[in-house]
Amino acid sequence: MKLVVNGEERDVAAAELAAALAALGYGEATVATALNGEFVPKRKRGETAVKDGDRIEVVAPRQGG
Amino acid sequence: MLTLYDVPFASRLLLGTSLYPSPAILADSVRASGAEIVTVSLRRESARGRGGEAFWRLVREFGARVLPNTAGCHSAREAITTAEMARELFDTDWVKLEVIGEADTLQPDVFGLVEAAVELTKRGFKVLPYTTEDLVVAERLLEAGCKVLMPWGAPIGSGQGLNNRFGLAAMRAHFPDVALIVDAGLGAPSHAAAAMEMGYDAVLLNTAVAKAGDPAAMAHAFKLAVEAGRTGYEAGVMAPRDMAAPSTPVFGKAAL
Repeated sequence: MKLVVNGEERDVAAAELAAALAALGYGEATVATALNGEFVPKRKRGETAVKDGDRIEVVAPRQGG
Repeated sequence: MLTLYDVPFASRLLLGTSLYPSPAILADSVRASGAEIVTVSLRRESARGRGGEAFWRLVREFGARVLPNTAGCHSAREAITTAEMARELFDTDWVKLEVIGEADTLQPDVFGLVEAAVELTKRGFKVLPYTTEDLVVAERLLEAGCKVLMPWGAPIGSGQGLNNRFGLAAMRAHFPDVALIVDAGLGAPSHAAAAMEMGYDAVLLNTAVAKAGDPAAMAHAFKLAVEAGRTGYEAGVMAPRDMAAPSTPVFGKAAL
């Protein structure tokens, strides 16, 4: 299945967002997520289904003004 | 004492964490500034890089409150999603709301800004909107539930200072009881002092410190300028006059 992760197309075998993040190597990383532009809280990643073509954003703390 | 959303702060300087030459210089600068609020952002994380965790560890060592921004968002929808992600990651319901409308000036899209402020307030956020000095927009933001307004001094990163002093003075006069923070565009400590002398409650800056020859020294300079400006405002700045008025008594001068 193809997912667009942070703008890059990736091949991922996963049914839910949590599994997709694990497969992509994020493990226990300090990140927040959005699926197709909508925020997905950490507690809901395990029950949030992902499908071919979905856009996932994975973000972390950064410097800001 | 500065009070924002019922939280008191001794420092009236808010500092950005971006563009410093190194993490160590950032840490020195935050310390030298005395800032109790630092702004942060969210950006894409790679599974291998994990740059976010190191930065987040460093920021927590500052002991300051973090104020996540929605920098780079060009629509209310983007800003709302970013704010939600920031609330989870930084464990704060405070957000510096930016909805950018114009690429050259990074001027706020005030329509998107109000739209996002309404929605975020409904969702329980404490919104600190980056706005212009437009009084009508300010009213809308207050109606949306914002308790703090952050008008720009000048375009972000420009270092121009207070581009529209008349507009900023009008805003201060029009909203005497609202916490107002000049955010963006300050270049020199004197700009910060000028904003504080006008009665602004605080200033927020980043580039002026981060891009200085010696950022930590400049952070200290801004700290002093903010304190000087605030003290001057509280002391009551004299009204200017067109003509000279001798300060030394005229009476009693020897007739020579």
